[in-house]
Amino acid sequence: MKKKILIVDDEPNIVMSLEYTFKKQDFEVFIARDGSEALEILKHHIPNVVLLDVMMPNVDGYQTLKHIKNTDSLKDTKVVFLTAKNKASDIEKGLKLGADKYLTKPFSVKKIVSEILELVT
Amino acid sequence: MNNYALITIIVIYLVVLFYIAFLGEKKRQSKWVNNPYVYTLSLAVYCSAWTYYGSVGIAANSGINFLPIYLGPVIAAPLWIVVLRKIIRISKQHKISSIADFISLRYGNSRFLGALVTIICLFGTLPYISLQLKAVSETFEIMSDDSSYVSTTVIDDSTFYVALLLAIFATFFGTQNTDASEKHKGIIATVAFESVLKLVFFLAIGIYVTFYLFDGTTDIYNQISTTENFKELTTLSGVEDGFNWFFLIGLSFMAIFLLPRQFQVSVLENNREKHLKKAIWLFPLYLLLFNLFVIFIAWAGKLTFGSTQNAEYYSLLLPLENGNSFFATLVFLGGFSAVISMVIVSTLALSTMVSNNLIIPYGFLDKFIKNQPERNSKYIKNIRRISIFTIIITAYFFYVSFSKELSLYSIGLISFVIISQLAPSFFIGLYWNRGSSKAAITGIIVGFLIAIYTLILPFTLQAYTGTDDFTQYGLLGIEALKPNALFGIDFLSPPAHAFFWSITFNMLCYSVFSLTSKGNYRERNYAEMFVDSNNFSTLQDSALVWKGEAYVADIKNVLIRFLGEKRATRALTIFFTKYKLPQDTQLADARLINFSEKLLTGSIGSASAKILIASVVKEEQISLVEVLKILEESKENIVSNKVLLDKSNELSQLSSKLKDANEELISKDKQKDEFLDTVAHELKTPITGIRAATELLMDEEDDMPKEIKAQFLKNILQDSDRLGRLIHNILDFEKLETGRLHLDMQYQDLQKTIQKAISSISQIAAKKEVKILNKNPHAFNTNYDEDRILQVLTNLLSNAIKFCTAKTGQIEIDYKLGNQVMEISVKDNGKGIPEEDHKFIFDKFYQSQDQNTRKPQGSGLGLAITKQIVEKHNGKIWAKKDVKNGAILVFTIPFK
Repeated sequence: MKKKILIVDDEPNIVMSLEYTFKKQDFEVFIARDGSEALEILKHHIPNVVLLDVMMPNVDGYQTLKHIKNTDSLKDTKVVFLTAKNKASDIEKGLKLGADKYLTKPFSVKKIVSEILELVT
Repeated sequence: MNNYALITIIVIYLVVLFYIAFLGEKKRQSKWVNNPYVYTLSLAVYCSAWTYYGSVGIAANSGINFLPIYLGPVIAAPLWIVVLRKIIRISKQHKISSIADFISLRYGNSRFLGALVTIICLFGTLPYISLQLKAVSETFEIMSDDSSYVSTTVIDDSTFYVALLLAIFATFFGTQNTDASEKHKGIIATVAFESVLKLVFFLAIGIYVTFYLFDGTTDIYNQISTTENFKELTTLSGVEDGFNWFFLIGLSFMAIFLLPRQFQVSVLENNREKHLKKAIWLFPLYLLLFNLFVIFIAWAGKLTFGSTQNAEYYSLLLPLENGNSFFATLVFLGGFSAVISMVIVSTLALSTMVSNNLIIPYGFLDKFIKNQPERNSKYIKNIRRISIFTIIITAYFFYVSFSKELSLYSIGLISFVIISQLAPSFFIGLYWNRGSSKAAITGIIVGFLIAIYTLILPFTLQAYTGTDDFTQYGLLGIEALKPNALFGIDFLSPPAHAFFWSITFNMLCYSVFSLTSKGNYRERNYAEMFVDSNNFSTLQDSALVWKGEAYVADIKNVLIRFLGEKRATRALTIFFTKYKLPQDTQLADARLINFSEKLLTGSIGSASAKILIASVVKEEQISLVEVLKILEESKENIVSNKVLLDKSNELSQLSSKLKDANEELISKDKQKDEFLDTVAHELKTPITGIRAATELLMDEEDDMPKEIKAQFLKNILQDSDRLGRLIHNILDFEKLETGRLHLDMQYQDLQKTIQKAISSISQIAAKKEVKILNKNPHAFNTNYDEDRILQVLTNLLSNAIKFCTAKTGQIEIDYKLGNQVMEISVKDNGKGIPEEDHKFIFDKFYQSQDQNTRKPQGSGLGLAITKQIVEKHNGKIWAKKDVKNGAILVFTIPFK
């Protein structure tokens, strides 16, 4: 069965790179431009992993994560933050909230792939 | 006993006293004169002829009612250590010479108050002195064989000569010194000596009567208890008597402080404060001993004579009846001693008051200023001498006209009631700084008038008219105004009744006037000094920050007139040394003024001293001085408080400014941090895009479809442009924010600039098929930096395009003249700006939270930069409120 990934980011250029990369890795890719779109998608799909930006309009990454953690059906879904916020305090906050990994922008595509694969296999 | 023998004894006795007084003066420093026992014995001047003879009379007629007059002082004694010590301290500090001086100084050196107190003391003491003369006269009569001889004129009345002798004695030892605050050691020595004599003789007669004439105390008691109405004499009869006792105790409590002679011996003649410690138990002991045999002598007299003789003289009559003229002479001498000490100390105190508080301030001051020192000193002494004689002679005539009908006891109480009128201003003023001179004067006068009405008027009228209608029916027959039962209070004895009403109204007036009126600066200064006497020296030195002008030479001249060249020079030398001032100081300061006033106070009283010194002070105009002194009144309270308050206000303002500045700094720091964070985030975003796309494109193993490759390349280009724009804007913004941007102001046409802006943005607009309308094609010339205003216009236009929907979008740019400003507006028909965002749209990196569309590609700095540029031109920028379709952004440029 195909692995499913949900990419949540409001920067289309970044999303495009990620989408291309994970499709290549034989993932089923879902895309959301912000937290509220992501939550909508999560009503119908249960991805193996959610790649989440923090700073987004409307519903931000933190809120989205909280929602995932509070949803029973999503208890097996891994959440990875992918954000430009790279201060130690930010990282700590993200992990405390329950993210499985915290990756920072700018990123190496290869590194992202290996980190995600490590989580889902 | 033969008249001549009696007179000889009297004369010899007086010579002995003269000798003791002389010795006391000569050996002023000797410990025989300066010890607590002499001090305590001198306090026993309280026991006058009234005590010596009068108590027995009361004991015989109304039992133990003689006691309250001694209980008051006994109760007062323990309080001396606090109250009397404070009074002594104040009096020494201010060189007080009488109770009139004391009270007048407390109320700001009020001349009138000093005179009033003197008059009260005269009224209170004259009858008292006449009481003593009466006792001398009557005992003389009893002692002499020649009972048929009755004097008819002054010339052949022995009492008159006794009075004269006493006057000479008082004059001689009382006016040795011009400075009345100097101690009268000679007089005090005789008073102490006489106190011993009167006690010893009284005890002797007590023992003689009790154990020689009778068979001890039990014998007398057993005999007297069989007589009728014995019970009345030994018990209090109900509540009324209780009240009488209460008021009489209160009365004597006050008297022990206020009687001029008591003030003289206990305060003015006090050498050392520590003598008080002995006095507080020794003096009550003395009184106890004095009263030990009173009741037995009285009962013995009653048993012997029934009611045929004047009970007051039982102590004299009993030995005479039993043929023991030796004991009778001792008793007579004891009584005579009591008389002499009372009369001499009283006249001494009164004469000082009369001269310093009445005669000098009200008549002789001008004369003194012109006179030579020796003559002044002589004048003052003469005034006192004449006063002494006048007082004693007046007392004699008072005795001749009134006292013959009255008992010793009742005259004594009249004096007490009158003197007690000084109590509220004296005692309350000592502990309450609000008490004012107006209040003191009113209280004393009102109380005095009531005392006269209730106590003196009745017997005076009776003496003259021979009827007691006034006492019986009241003034004009009004029941409530009966002098001995005012407003229906008829259960008190006349003195207790008079005391109750007079002191009540006195205190009422004192309190009400003190609370409603405020004294002047001087009054409050002194009030403070008296109430807070420990803090005296600081208050005194800083009491008058005095801005008037006075020369040391002038003040010295005044001092010389009263103290003599030598003493004045010495005093000034001491003064200058104490305050570390050069000896040739020319201008006098406040401290010298105070010091000089104090020096003169002893000689001429504080009120006069103040007037005298004021006369040489150049700035006599009260207005200015008064104003200055109002400023300096209770310096601690007002001036320094104000300075402190100002300072503390200043400090708190400074600290709040500092706090603000600090907060601003912190907030600036925080803003800067946030700004940098945001900048970093904004920069990272395109870099992330570029990096990821580049990495994917570089993967040679991946055969990426051509369209996708092209898209990635396009993305890279887009992100690079974005990065460049962002960097440019950040630099711009930083320049504007820190004020380093300088405008290149040129006089030019705004219309042309608008057209330039439109054409620069037309490509983007055309791509989105958005129309841009230039509504006002007129030229308008004014001063501005074209490049910057162009930036503003482009920003606003591209923003508008961003929010417009493709194809239907329409933008209108317009401008009009406002009040001294050019108003330029950019209107679009896009989705508009939510009301709550209006405040924030010009903040850096602010982006609407409600962007349903894809995030517009902005730096987040556009509007912030726009705002900075407009404000740099002294214009304003805002989003118009309540716009229905789309948004209108307006900015202004002022013109001249």
